[in-house]
Amino acid sequence: MEWEFLLVQALSGLASASSLFVIASGLTIVFGVTRIVNFAHGSFYMLGAYVAVTVVPWLLEIERSPWLFFAGVLVSALVVGALGVVMEVLLLRRIYRVPELFQLLATFGVVLIVQDVVLLVWGPVDIPGPRAPGLRHGVEILGQRFPAYELFLIFVGPAVLGLLWLLMHRTRFGVLIRAATQDREMVGALGVNQAMLFTGTLFLGAALAGLGGALQIPRASANGQMDLSIITEAFVVTVIGGMGSVPGAFIAAVLIGLLQAFGVLVFPKITLVLVFLLMAAVLVVKPWGLLGRPEAVAGRAVLPEGILDPGRLDGAGKALAALALAGVLALPLLDAYAVKVGTEVLILALAAFSLNFLVGNGGIVSFGHAAYFGLGAYGAGLLVVRGGVPMEASLLAAPLAGGAFAALFGFFVVRLSGIYLAMLTLAFAQIAYAVVFQWVEVTGGDNGLVGVWPSRWAASREVYHYIVAAVTIAAIIFLRRVIHAPFGATLRAARDSAQRADAIGVDVRMHRWLGFTLAGAAAGLAGGLYAFSKGSIDPTLLGIPMSVDFLAMLLLGGIQSVLGPIAGAAAFHAVKDFFMPLTDHWRLFLGLSIIAMVLVFPRGLAGAWASLRRRPA
Amino acid sequence: MAEHVLEVTGLRAGYGPAEVLFGVELHLARGEVAALMGRNGAGKSTTLKAIMGLLPPRAGSIRFAGQEIAGAAAYRIARMGLGYVPEERRIFTDLTVAENLDVGRRAAPAGRAPWTPERLFQIFPNLAEMRHRRGGAMSGGEQQMLTIARTLMGNPEAVLLDEPSEGLAPVIVEQMAEAVLRMKAEGIAVLVSEQNLDFAAAVADRALILEKGSVRWQGSIATLEADEDVRRAYLTV
Amino acid sequence: MTLLAAEGLTKRFGGVLAAKDVTFALEAGEMLAIIGPNGAGKSTTFNMVGGQLRPDAGRVTLAGQDITGIAPRAVCRLGVGRTFQVAQTFLSFSVLGNVQMALIAHHGQTRRLLADAAAMHRDDALALLDRVGMAAQAARPIGELAYGDVKRVELAIALAAAPRLLLMDEPTAGMAPAERTALMALVAGIARGQGIGVLFTEHDMDAVFAHADRILVLVRGEIIARGTPDQVRADPEVQRVYLGHSGTRAAARAQRAHG
Ligand SMILES: Nc1ncnc2c1ncn2[C@@H]1O[C@H](COP(=O)(O)OP(=O)(O)OP(=O)(O)O)[C@@H](O)[C@H]1O
Ligand SMILES: Nc1ncnc2c1ncn2[C@@H]1O[C@H](COP(=O)(O)OP(=O)(O)OP(=O)(O)O)[C@@H](O)[C@H]1O
Ligand SMILES: [Mg+2]
Ligand SMILES: [Mg+2]
Repeated sequence: MEWEFLLVQALSGLASASSLFVIASGLTIVFGVTRIVNFAHGSFYMLGAYVAVTVVPWLLEIERSPWLFFAGVLVSALVVGALGVVMEVLLLRRIYRVPELFQLLATFGVVLIVQDVVLLVWGPVDIPGPRAPGLRHGVEILGQRFPAYELFLIFVGPAVLGLLWLLMHRTRFGVLIRAATQDREMVGALGVNQAMLFTGTLFLGAALAGLGGALQIPRASANGQMDLSIITEAFVVTVIGGMGSVPGAFIAAVLIGLLQAFGVLVFPKITLVLVFLLMAAVLVVKPWGLLGRPEAVAGRAVLPEGILDPGRLDGAGKALAALALAGVLALPLLDAYAVKVGTEVLILALAAFSLNFLVGNGGIVSFGHAAYFGLGAYGAGLLVVRGGVPMEASLLAAPLAGGAFAALFGFFVVRLSGIYLAMLTLAFAQIAYAVVFQWVEVTGGDNGLVGVWPSRWAASREVYHYIVAAVTIAAIIFLRRVIHAPFGATLRAARDSAQRADAIGVDVRMHRWLGFTLAGAAAGLAGGLYAFSKGSIDPTLLGIPMSVDFLAMLLLGGIQSVLGPIAGAAAFHAVKDFFMPLTDHWRLFLGLSIIAMVLVFPRGLAGAWASLRRRPA
Repeated sequence: MAEHVLEVTGLRAGYGPAEVLFGVELHLARGEVAALMGRNGAGKSTTLKAIMGLLPPRAGSIRFAGQEIAGAAAYRIARMGLGYVPEERRIFTDLTVAENLDVGRRAAPAGRAPWTPERLFQIFPNLAEMRHRRGGAMSGGEQQMLTIARTLMGNPEAVLLDEPSEGLAPVIVEQMAEAVLRMKAEGIAVLVSEQNLDFAAAVADRALILEKGSVRWQGSIATLEADEDVRRAYLTV
Repeated sequence: MTLLAAEGLTKRFGGVLAAKDVTFALEAGEMLAIIGPNGAGKSTTFNMVGGQLRPDAGRVTLAGQDITGIAPRAVCRLGVGRTFQVAQTFLSFSVLGNVQMALIAHHGQTRRLLADAAAMHRDDALALLDRVGMAAQAARPIGELAYGDVKRVELAIALAAAPRLLLMDEPTAGMAPAERTALMALVAGIARGQGIGVLFTEHDMDAVFAHADRILVLVRGEIIARGTPDQVRADPEVQRVYLGHSGTRAAARAQRAHG
């Protein structure tokens, strides 16, 4: 390869890095101050692009001047900033004290709502944007033509970095933001109106996302998938750079931009794997990212969110469990549809239970649990479809696949804690998703694979239902037992105080890793069962929406209770199954319900049940 | 009454299902230093947090400078001139000493000389040497001094001080007592929560003893020092 | 034989020399206090012994074995128990459960998947709680206890590992005066009775002068005085830079009260 070519490749890498940084910097600032990982940041980016493809052509009608183009871009950023303010005032302000898991869920609710709103306003068809007047030509660099607009983008990143640095270090607003990043309550006690500070931060963060989106329009048309695709990249950048660190995000964006630009030359198909390797390498050396700092240890210990006392089942609880079991066994007496729903509920119950084993019992908030569910499904499904292996053996492969990948990803994940950990699980899940999606020869890509059917003896819905019942109930009983056993207690202990656990000689990281692997295996088993119940596998099994479904089940069931997630899975699945066919706007509906649940029902069904019973008769 | 800068009546507060304060009654005169004493868990910190608006009061009235502040947001209360120094030294560890002070800065009320970093460094000479050090790289005691200095930057009329002598070397405790007396000399009223009777005696005019969430005894410090029965009953010294 | 020996421990943070050539030794059953002004380097020294910080230079040996720079977890397994300035316990567990957890860890049983954790080591845990006077509260959630009692439970947790050495950084911080004395008396009794060495830092002069066998005074990272409580209290330099009037008075009071 010649020199000139490499140079152009490097330049285009830098141009991508620049846009990526603009977006990620907003995410990292908002996270720093509010401690909320804002999923809707990707939605702001998408809205920035949609607003720009609406506003900019309209302005260019007046005159085809570069100034009007950039005025349009800026207006789009400001409009999106204003939407950020709306989100802060209507939603975030109410959930700053809610457990972080539910904050994440609530912002994902916003993602769903925005998706439907965009569909309603702009329709399903991609909208191409105008090119920037004055920057449409190519620039001659060492004999190679390079688009002028890309060259311009290269300068945007450092300019934004410089402005943000000045803002953070030379203005009082910036110093206050940095202070609030650490202790917002104390900032309030010193007389600073935190509400204004937070609103201002959301404006800044959303405007940066909007700017990133608006700047994209000459390069790519606005479309409805922009939100989730960019949010993964932005997450990866913030994780590598260190969450809350703007300069870190810059370095990470440049690394990733260059890696992708050159990676394409070497491994055209799997640049994502390179990104993964980079992230893994950074996290092994610096678990908190390049320029990140560990989360400050809380002064006075607070009671953790999650299972407090696993307890025993009392009379009423036993009766309830027996009733549920009888229902499961009696389902085949009803119609075929009931059997189908019942089978699915059992499988989802196992998945949700395994997630609560991490979240409720271990304080390990995994936001990408669907990855292990889906990889289990693929593990089993590929063996059947590509290898001709029978169901019995393939089902064994499901927990192995889920567990193996949980062990691999978990090795990095358990080095972090809290919200950092949640981000990382999500990033890994997205990488798994992308690989499954892109590796068409093996996985069938977007369409997935069909023909994942049970063996002949188990082919009837009823028989398969009983198989599923036997396997899932046994697995749930086993996991419940583990929660009561020393291993489960050790995970709870490490969640309560990692410092104390370390001081009594517990290898906290090792135990978390084993727990993560166990939960991944259980989720993989559930995924395998799911594949055979559907007869097919596709990438949505690993997607963010699937992970969100699992979390919504926990939210509905209550993470404080051992068995609540099972009830949550049943309720969630029943409701979704009932409502989805009724409306075209199920995403809007689901998003609003998730937010409503977070706001009014934060302890879930089990919490409601417990307080009902605690009330004196 | 006008001469009371702070007046609390029937204050109730708690955490979730746990009730901690059951009708606290107290007042603080202008320019006065009063010590809020009591055993661990008696509710001293809870009282201060509830006054400051960091914990929503469940009942009762809190009047500061003649205005009702119960239920107001902490920042509003701080802007009215009430300062708060928490017990867990919550300095901003990523910010330098100078930046920490800057976060606390608020304009002084008319007619009063504002606190500046230079004036504060006279009271806390240790801090002067580490103006540009990150808060996180300071020892526990150094952080304690910074929290007080930071609060004074807001030019408060009254300050709630939660266990300022905790974790300080004896010589520094003496310095801290001098700092409180300097504040008093500047006309700042101070409500200081304290378990250390020596320190309380050195700085306060009056003591209030909190027990199980309400004020059980109050009187002058001299009386408290003389009355062994009260001390044994409430302070277990 | 010397239980713990620190030789020439040095730690620098950027421009700050937090500990410089700190050397001391501790015998089994002995209580050694490190005192000094704020920022003197006490916690730094402490963390170099406990494995939280790796010294830039110097060596730490435990009963002759070199433990310089090994992880806290490994230090614990060699028989070093620890309490924290802000008590660290497992808040979602009962008092008994906290000690049971420590015993499970001590016996290396944390990976068992099927046993019933709540039924393990009950009697041993109760016996430990009895030693710190907390057996009557065994069934209560630890979050409900008064802070002084939490500190006692923390001591029982540290004792569960049958330590040879206890490290206590500001053990009585945040406690009421009477509870401070009681806790230190308890520690002293256990340490002397079982030949456990105790290294502690403390700003409460009553606690230090009533119970320490020897005292080390650290100022700006350097040891400026060492010796028995009497020697240290009488040292004019120590009085000037650390004790002040009130500290000297408290020290005298404590020693008188203790005979
Ligand atoms: N964040 C919290 N959540 C729940 N309970 C709390 C919380 N903070 C304090 N408590 C409880 O409230 C009660 C009063 O605590 P508070 O901190 O006000 O006491 P205190 O008098 O300041 O004691 P100390 O001398 O230990 O600082 C205690 O029983 C304590 O356990
Ligand atoms: N991570 C760090 N980076 C830079 N300087 C540090 C760091 N940790 C401690 N120091 C400095 O080292 C010195 C010793 O600190 P250390 O915490 O050991 O003091 P200490 O004797 O325990 O004080 P205190 O009694 O107030 O707790 C202090 O001046 C402190 O500012
Ligand atoms: Mg307190
Ligand atoms: Mg210290």
